[in-house]
Amino acid sequence: MSAVQETVTDAPAVEAVPKRAMTLGTGTSLVMLALLIAAPLFVKNFIIFQMTMLLIYGLAVLALNILTGGSGQFSLGQSAFYAVGAYTSAILMEHVGMNYALTLPIAGLVCFVFGFLFGQPALRLSGVYLALATFALATAMPQLLKLGYFEHWTGGVQGLVVTKPDAPFGLPISQDMWLYYFTLVITIAIYIFSVNLLKSRSGRAFMAIRDNEIAASAMGINVALYKTLAFGVSAGITGVAGGLGAIAVQFVAPDGYTITLAISLFLGMVVGGVGWLPGSIVGSAFIIFVPNIAEGISKGLSGAVFGVILFLVIYLVPHGARQVALVAQHLVGKLKQR
Amino acid sequence: MLSRPNFLPAAFAAAVIALAATSQSAFAQKKYDTGATDTEIKIGNIMPYSGPASAYGVIGKTEEAYFNKINAEGGINGRKINFISYDDGYSPPKAVEQARKLVESDEVLVVFNPLGTPSNSAIQKYLNAKKVPQLFVATGATKWNDPKDFPWTMGWQPSYQSEARIYAKYLMKEKPDGKIAVLYQNDDFGKDYLKGLKDGLGGKASMIIAEESYETTEPTIDNHIVKLKASGADVFISITTPKFAAQAIKKLAEIEWKPLHIVSNVSASVGSVIKPAGFENAQGILSAAYAKDGADPQWDTDPGMKKFLAFLEKYEPDGNKLDGSVVYGYGVAQTLVKVLQMCGDNLTRENVMKQAASLKDFAPDTLLPGVKIDTAPADFAPIKQLQMMRFKGEKWDLFGDIISGDLSN
Amino acid sequence: MELLTNQVLAGIATGAIYACMALAVVMIYQAIDHLNFAQGEMAMFSTFISWQLLQWGVPYWGAFVLTLALSFAGGILIERLLFKPLAKAPILTNVAGFIALYAIINSVAGLIWDFTIKQYPTPFGSSPFLGSQLISTHQAGMIGVTILLLIGLFFFFRFTRMGLAMRAAASVPESARLVGINTSWMIALGWGMAAAIGSIAGMMIAPVVFLEPNMMLGVLIYGFAAAVLGGLTSPFGAVVGGFLVGIFENLVGTYIPGVGNELKLPIALALIVTVLVVKPAGLFGRPIVKRV
Repeated sequence: MSAVQETVTDAPAVEAVPKRAMTLGTGTSLVMLALLIAAPLFVKNFIIFQMTMLLIYGLAVLALNILTGGSGQFSLGQSAFYAVGAYTSAILMEHVGMNYALTLPIAGLVCFVFGFLFGQPALRLSGVYLALATFALATAMPQLLKLGYFEHWTGGVQGLVVTKPDAPFGLPISQDMWLYYFTLVITIAIYIFSVNLLKSRSGRAFMAIRDNEIAASAMGINVALYKTLAFGVSAGITGVAGGLGAIAVQFVAPDGYTITLAISLFLGMVVGGVGWLPGSIVGSAFIIFVPNIAEGISKGLSGAVFGVILFLVIYLVPHGARQVALVAQHLVGKLKQR
Repeated sequence: MLSRPNFLPAAFAAAVIALAATSQSAFAQKKYDTGATDTEIKIGNIMPYSGPASAYGVIGKTEEAYFNKINAEGGINGRKINFISYDDGYSPPKAVEQARKLVESDEVLVVFNPLGTPSNSAIQKYLNAKKVPQLFVATGATKWNDPKDFPWTMGWQPSYQSEARIYAKYLMKEKPDGKIAVLYQNDDFGKDYLKGLKDGLGGKASMIIAEESYETTEPTIDNHIVKLKASGADVFISITTPKFAAQAIKKLAEIEWKPLHIVSNVSASVGSVIKPAGFENAQGILSAAYAKDGADPQWDTDPGMKKFLAFLEKYEPDGNKLDGSVVYGYGVAQTLVKVLQMCGDNLTRENVMKQAASLKDFAPDTLLPGVKIDTAPADFAPIKQLQMMRFKGEKWDLFGDIISGDLSN
Repeated sequence: MELLTNQVLAGIATGAIYACMALAVVMIYQAIDHLNFAQGEMAMFSTFISWQLLQWGVPYWGAFVLTLALSFAGGILIERLLFKPLAKAPILTNVAGFIALYAIINSVAGLIWDFTIKQYPTPFGSSPFLGSQLISTHQAGMIGVTILLLIGLFFFFRFTRMGLAMRAAASVPESARLVGINTSWMIALGWGMAAAIGSIAGMMIAPVVFLEPNMMLGVLIYGFAAAVLGGLTSPFGAVVGGFLVGIFENLVGTYIPGVGNELKLPIALALIVTVLVVKPAGLFGRPIVKRV
C-alpha cells in the first residue's frame, strides 16, 4: 500500500529526453524528407495509400509524444480525439459541403477545445488514475457516436461515407498521390511546429512539469495552465490526424475508433521512443505494418506473433527507436573520428 | 442428260463448316479481367480472424477448405482457385486497407463474402468505383440489394429485415394480442432487425411494449432481461449474437420467465448457442432457418448433407458440423463456384456479376428443401425464403411453409 | 419501489463479477504498482485450463484446486521470464509488455479452444436463491467466495509476515531490502497470487457469461473501474467498488430516460472519474502523500 511517493529519489514516470536529442540532425532530416517526397513517384497507388496512413498515424503518435513525452501525462484515450476530428471533417464535408482542406483546421480547433476541457478534471489525476480516466474516455466515445440523438449528423451505427477529393487545378496525378502530398505538407508543418513548441518556453514548462511537478510549481510555473494546454495541443493535432484519416479512408463509423486504436497509438509511442518526435513515424510504421507481417506468418496466431514481435522489440530496445538512433549516431561518430 | 455436279450440298457443307469454325473460335475466345488466367482464378476475401467478431473467422476457414476440395477435383473449368483471405479485425479502416490490397496489390478478380456490415459499408463505394464485384457479402443488412446504385454489390443470406417481417407476420396471426419485449444489439444488425420488425407489424407496432438495447462490451445482459420481464410482456424477441442469445436463454430459465421466445437466425445454431445454454432451457423457442442444421438427424440421409459431412471429414476435420458458421461457409462457397462455372471462359468481372444475377432455382447442398437461390438484374437478394422452426428435445423442428420474406410483400 | 429493489439486487449480482475481477487487479497493483492489462486474459486462460481438465474427467473441486496451483505457478513463471528483464525499463515499456502479453494469450486461447462459447459448470447450482428470482444460488455463491477471498487477503496483508513483506517491497523497496526482504521474489509472488485470484474470478464468472476467449474484455474494464473507485490500495474498497459499479450502472440504465441505456458504461466511468477528482485515492484508498 504505497501511501508515500518519494518524488525526488524515485525515477520519474516518464523519462527525460535531452533537448539536443529531441530531433534528428539536419543531414538525417533532409534524407528522410527526400525519401518521403520521392517515394510515391515509384510505387503503386495502394502503397501510396499506406504511406498516407503512415503519416496520419505518425501525426497521432506525435501528438501523444507531446502529451506524455513532453508534459508527462499518460493518455490511453487519443482515439477519442481522433474520432472527434474524423467525424468533424466528415460531417462538415458531407452535411455542410465544406471543402476538405478547410475542415482540417476546424477539426483541429474543435479537438483543441475538447482536449483543453478534458484536461481540467484531469489536473487532479496522475499516473495510473489519469490513464484510467483517458481509457474511460476512449471506451465511451464509440457509444457516444452511436447515440440516437446525434444519428442525423453522425449516421449512427452505419457511419458516413466521405468523398475523396480530386487533385486541384486539374493536375494529372491520382487522388491518392495528391492526398499523400497534401498530408505530407501538413505533417511537416505540424512537426516543425511541435519541435519549436518543445524548444520554446512552453516546452520547457512542459518538461519541468514532467520531471518534477512539485518543483515546477514551486518555481512559479502555472502548472494547471500548461497541463491543460498540453492536452489541448495534443488533442488538436490528433484531431487533424483524424480528419485526414477520414478523408483517406473515405469512411467514418464508430467501430473504427475503439479502444484498440488508442492502445495502438500508445504502442506506437513506446516503440518509437517516448518523447522523441522523429520516432513517431517509426512507431506508426510499427502499428501499421507489423500486424500485416504477423498475419502473413500465421493467420490463426496473428495476435500471438504480434505480441512476440512486440516483446522482442521492447527487450532489445526498451527505449524505442530513439535508442537505435543513439546507437547509430554513436557509430557514425566513431567512423567520423577515424 | 448429264447432271451438273451438284455443288449445293458441298457449298452448304462448306458453309456449315465455316460457320462452325468461326463460332468455335468465338466460343474458344477467352476473356479475362485481372485476377483470372488460363490456370487460375484469384478470389479475395476479408474476415475478422481477430478482434470481437473472431468467432466468425471459421467461415473463412471453411471457404478455404471448400476451395481446396474444388481444386483437388480439377478446379473450375480447369482453373485452380487461389483464395486470398485477410483479417480486418472487424475494423472499417482496416477493411479498406485490406480491400485495396486485394484489388491493387494481389489483383483479385472478385472480393467474395467480406464479413460485417461496417466493413462492407466502408469498402462498398471503393469496390463499385473500381468495378470489382463485392459478391455475396456476409451480412444480412438490407441495403446490399440495390443494383441501381451499387451494381457491383450483392448479398447472399436473407436480409435481417425480411426475417423480422416473417416473425411479425407470425405474431400478428398467432398472437395478435401479444405484448412484445425486444432485446437488441446496439449496432447495425440489431437496428436493421428492429426496423424490419416494426415495419412488419405496421399499424400494430404498438404491440412492442418494451425495448432494451445492449452493447457487445457488456459482460452480461442479465439485467436487461430482468428489466424486460418487469414490463409484463408475454413475447420476447432476442435480436442477439450467439453469446448473448445463450445468456438470454439461460437467464430466462433462471428467473422463470416463460414468454413466447423468438431468437434471430444468426443465433439459432445448436452447437454454438442452444447446447451451451442448455437444451432444457430452450424448449419451445422459435426461430427461422434457410439452411439445414447439422444437429438435426432428419438430414442424415439427405444427399446434400452427406456431401457436406464428407467434405468436412476430408478437408476440414476440425470443423464442427453443429456450428452454423461452418454450414454457412460451405453454402456460400458452393454458390460462388456455381457462378464461376457459369462464366465458362468469359472471366471478366462484368460477366461474373451478370452470371451472379442470373441464378435461377439454384440449390446448394446445405439449403433447406424448397429454399432456392434466385437472382435477376433488378433482384440482388439471392436467398429470400425462410422456414420457421421450433426447438424441441435436442433439435429444431421445422413447421409451416417456406415463407418468402420479400420486402415487396 | 419494487423495480428499484429489483435493479439494486440485479446490480449486486453483476457487481459480484466486477468485485471478483477488481480483487485480482488490486492484488497485482499491490505487488507492482501498475495495472496489468493482461490480468483478464490470464484469468480467462486459467478458466479454459480448468474447463479442459473437466472435459478430461477431473471432478470439479479437483480441477479447481489444480487450476489454482497451475495459475499461481504460471503467474510466477510469466513474471520471471517476461517481466523481470524489463524491471529496469521505463514504466511505459512495461505497459507495452502487458499489452503484448494480452495479445499473445488471447490469440493462443482462440487457436486452442476456438471462439465459440462453452458452458462452464458452477458448483453452486442455478436455482433461485432464497426464493428470489433475481439472484441465483450461483451468484450468491460468487458473492460468498469473493467475501471469503477478501477476508483472506485482509489477513494476509495485515497479519502474516509474507504479506507485510510484500507491502514493504512494493512501497519502500530500498528499506525493505535493507531489512533482508528479497524484493524481487516478492514481485514474483505478487504475480502468482494475482494470477491465482484471477483464475478464481474467471471460474466464478464463466458460468454466467459463458466461456470464450473474449469473455473478459468487458469485465476487465469494469474491474479496473471498480478497483480504482474503491481505491487501488484497498481490497475492501475493490469489492465495495465492484458492487457500487454494478448497482449504479443498472440504476442509470433504468432511470435515466432515453440515453440511459446506451450510455451506461460512459456514465459509470464518468462517475468514477468524478469520484477520483474529489478523492484521488478512491473511496477507501490511503491518500497518497508526495514527499519532496
